[in-house]
Amino acid sequence: MKPAPFEHHAPLTVEQAVSVLTEVGHDGKVLAGGQSLIPILNMRLASPAHLVDINRVAGLDTVEVTAEAVRVGALVRHAGLERSESAYAALPLLRQALVNVAHPAIRNRGTTVGSIAHADAAGEMPAILALTDGVVEVAGPSGTREIAWSDFFLGALETSLAAEELAVAVRFGRFPAGTGTAFTEAARRHGDYAMAGVGVALTVADGVVSGARASFVSVTDVPSVLDLGPVLDGVEPGSGEWDAALDTAAEAVRGHVDPEGDIHASADYRRMLVTELTRRVLPQAADRATTPAPNAAFDRGSAVTTLSSTSSTAFGGQGASHD
Amino acid sequence: MTTQMFGAPIRRKEDPRLVTGGGRYLDDLGHDALAAAFVRSPHAHARIVDIDASEAIEVEGVVGIYVHEDLPGRVGEPLPLLIPHPTLTHGRTGYALAKDEVNHVGEPIVMVVATDRYVAEDACQRIRITYDQLPVVVGIEAARSGELLVHDDVPDNVAAHMLQEVGDVDAAMASAPHTLTLDLDIERSACMPMEGKGVYARWDRDRGELRMYSSTQTSTGVRAAVAAKLDLPLAKVECIAPDVGGGFGVKIVHPWPEEVLVPWAAILLGRPVKWAEDRREHFISAAHERGQLQRVTVGFDDEGHLLALDVKLWHDNGAYTPYGIIVPIITSTQLLGPYKPGTYRCEFWSLYTNTVLVTPYRGAGRPQGCFAMERTMDAIADELGLDRAEVRSRNFILPSEMPWDHGLLFQDGRPLKYDSGDFPASLAKLKDLVGWDDFADYRRQAEAEGRKVGLGIGCYVEGTGVGPYEGGHIQIETSGRVNVSTGLTSQGQGHETVFAQIVAQELGVRMEDVFVTTGDTRKMAYAVGTFASRAAVMSGSAIALAARNVRAKALRIAADALEVSPEDLEIVEGTVRVKGAPATSMSLGTVSVLSNPLRYAFDEAAKAATQFAGTFDPDKPPVADDEEPGLEGKDFYSPTQATFANGMHAAIVETDPVTAEIKILRYCVIHDCGTMINPMIVEGQVHGGVAQGVGGALYERMAYDESGQLLNASFMDFLMPYASEVPTIEADHLETPSPLNPLGIKGAGEAGCIPVSAVIASAIEDAEGFPITRMPISPYDLWELRRRHADGEIPSLHRTSRTTSTPSTSSKEPTA
Repeated sequence: MKPAPFEHHAPLTVEQAVSVLTEVGHDGKVLAGGQSLIPILNMRLASPAHLVDINRVAGLDTVEVTAEAVRVGALVRHAGLERSESAYAALPLLRQALVNVAHPAIRNRGTTVGSIAHADAAGEMPAILALTDGVVEVAGPSGTREIAWSDFFLGALETSLAAEELAVAVRFGRFPAGTGTAFTEAARRHGDYAMAGVGVALTVADGVVSGARASFVSVTDVPSVLDLGPVLDGVEPGSGEWDAALDTAAEAVRGHVDPEGDIHASADYRRMLVTELTRRVLPQAADRATTPAPNAAFDRGSAVTTLSSTSSTAFGGQGASHD
Repeated sequence: MTTQMFGAPIRRKEDPRLVTGGGRYLDDLGHDALAAAFVRSPHAHARIVDIDASEAIEVEGVVGIYVHEDLPGRVGEPLPLLIPHPTLTHGRTGYALAKDEVNHVGEPIVMVVATDRYVAEDACQRIRITYDQLPVVVGIEAARSGELLVHDDVPDNVAAHMLQEVGDVDAAMASAPHTLTLDLDIERSACMPMEGKGVYARWDRDRGELRMYSSTQTSTGVRAAVAAKLDLPLAKVECIAPDVGGGFGVKIVHPWPEEVLVPWAAILLGRPVKWAEDRREHFISAAHERGQLQRVTVGFDDEGHLLALDVKLWHDNGAYTPYGIIVPIITSTQLLGPYKPGTYRCEFWSLYTNTVLVTPYRGAGRPQGCFAMERTMDAIADELGLDRAEVRSRNFILPSEMPWDHGLLFQDGRPLKYDSGDFPASLAKLKDLVGWDDFADYRRQAEAEGRKVGLGIGCYVEGTGVGPYEGGHIQIETSGRVNVSTGLTSQGQGHETVFAQIVAQELGVRMEDVFVTTGDTRKMAYAVGTFASRAAVMSGSAIALAARNVRAKALRIAADALEVSPEDLEIVEGTVRVKGAPATSMSLGTVSVLSNPLRYAFDEAAKAATQFAGTFDPDKPPVADDEEPGLEGKDFYSPTQATFANGMHAAIVETDPVTAEIKILRYCVIHDCGTMINPMIVEGQVHGGVAQGVGGALYERMAYDESGQLLNASFMDFLMPYASEVPTIEADHLETPSPLNPLGIKGAGEAGCIPVSAVIASAIEDAEGFPITRMPISPYDLWELRRRHADGEIPSLHRTSRTTSTPSTSSKEPTA
């Protein structure tokens, strides 16, 4: 479990990084937090001849909140974004999802942008980029460009990022006022890759739903968004129609996802699971849509994750909420 | 009196060192050593056609590349079969490096020695091996069918077939009012110590001496095996177990291929060589355990008394049997637990498969046996509509019936004879702890909230402290420092603490003056090893006996010097003094000075000890005829049989009605290991055992595919429970002292894990209302079982069609 020989590059600027990437082409791999890459190298599942270590590149470690988005630089660690109060105030979904990313030790090193560039369908943050209609900011030899999430993810571990390009930031889009979000997943053990996970955003206007969408973890081959507006719009959360609408939404999820089985659970089980998780997580989002944001709850997930995990740390004096 | 040390919950002496990075594990040693790495078989069953190392030899830094034909003499012969048994008629062991054929993925074929591990692995990657693949036998069903063979010369894949019978089972079964048959299945798991195996060897060419370090549970065993393999005089081989990061059984097996090859290479090259196992290697080339199919047929009367128990076991022993058939023997004998079976027959077949070999893992066959027996108890209760605890109680061996001889031979070849235990008292404590009688109310409340909950129970008896012997040596320096040595090894159990407690108590010295060394053949050449929950019983007893010898000698010398009778003396905090007149005293350090008449004075203490100091009797020699110089003592403890600990566990689980996720709400343990040396360490052992048991019950399995590839050979997919998966453990103790040893103690090391799969199966079955016959169980498994139950493929429990719960007035809320 030792990596094959490689050359280590330590650029100090984005330009230098892009220059090295351009030079080494497909023989190069970008190293940020290394939480996926290093085990892959150690197991010799990949043996790139060049590692472009961007950890010394200046200016990539900031979180910026604008009216439209939360912009996250390529060296922002999951833990940093998770603990950013301004990011949480602007987009509570980020923290709601990030606490499900592996374990604290991994979140302390792993970067959010790296996780998105890795494009693992079992990763939480690619799904969140999709749910927020986000974009990836990319630097390449001929300057910078932006790639919409829907053009970014091409397949399992495959993106439209070119070999000579560096993802320098992502922007998670903010939701309109009156939107509640929630995220939950079920894993075999606390912090494992989820058997299934779902994030939802639901907007309530004048007491009724006016827009709802969901995206998924581990049950689609690339991140995708399911528009639940057609089945939930116009329904008042908690009303007589609500339960039936949730059932219809869950059925829509069942039809949308396309999970694969593995040694931990079959495809059928995962389909059932994500359907049930959606059924449980939508009311949570609806509650939050009608509660002044950012709400006082520190999100850990739905009843399902409560059942399979112990409580988590509360940040910023906010209490843990399990329901 | 000295503060009571024995029995006190003292914090572990070794922890400040171990938890602050001060431990020295195998890979912390030998930074100047060459590194070994191995090319291991990627196929489960194949003939080796050709090995081409020409590209590898070009890699800069490679020192040597070795295959089987390079191995001289005994190094190239099959590894020893450590524990032969008359019924092990077809025992087979592998070679240090595979010769012609490989029988499981991970079997070592080529060893590369290089300047460091990176280079060694680079070279491994460049070695080309051509194979002829052979048909693969994976799983007990395939092995049992005997259609394909693992070893050509082993018919039906049967390594051993053993049968023990007590009483006339067939007659008792035929006349039994009720009979039931259960088919049960328990999957593979593994020890998975945090630190893998590792070997580091240095050869002193001038002296012709080998010093080796191994992350082992038996340094004396490794030493003897390596000396034999390398044809070295035993006196020229030292083996030291440094700090060892867990063992749980896998490190009792020896010699591992690497334990032979690394010293061999060190001698051949005249340079130190080291190998530290990585996790993937541990998964595919160390050892696994569990893995049995079981068929239990039981006959019983209307009250649930056992009349006949007929058990058949099919045990998967993997590709080889270097450790014999200890595991299935233990299953077949310890299966009986605290019960009288009426009549009993157990027949087992130990079967070869093209998978990693199977050797004892904490519990060592008992979790399987407990699963069979306890599933049977629940089935009887359900059949008769009786309370599950009541059925168990009716079959208990009573305290008045101790010692109880089952009429079987145990794993050590000696009678399976329980020395002590109070099973009714243990059960009463357990029922009280978990709130057994109030559970029906709790279930009703939970059901009203749409929740599914279940209560499970499991009981076991564990033979601990098997022989043949261990020794203890104690030496008191002139400074008062007490050096204690025992030959068995430590893997983090707290031996430095409990052995010091025993010595502090027996000698009357302070804990901080006692220094314990374990697992170093330079200090104690005669020892067996750390396994079978035997360290406290065996070395603890030996050390106590040695301490008593030292104490007697100290009193003899001090009595002479103080001109009193030894009976009038006591030792308190390292000072020998006259009872009732504490001013008349001398320190043990001074006694040590007096014990060793010196010719040379090198310091003040030594000056006091020279043969010209003080007064002496010119008619007596400086060292009396029946004495030896020095304040030290040694003794060995060798019992006639094992001592039997026991325990009973109960759990309350909740299963999600939709997703079938399983949560343990409460986990309760009553544990009886006789007299406790240190209750805090006993509880730690129980907690760790339960944690591993939870792994075996809900998370861990070895996912082999049909071609014999292990699909989950990493910590990403082999699901050891994290702290977040292990419930709070509520433990209470009963202490029924063993009459067999001087301290009244029984082993505690394996206890916690033994009944967990049985308990969790019992609780899930109780929650779901249909039988659970296969463990471990995942949410997906349970979801599938629900589907099959709904489709009528799995019958309901009888209790679901019966009203057995009786309202009670009180209710006890389980606390999660």
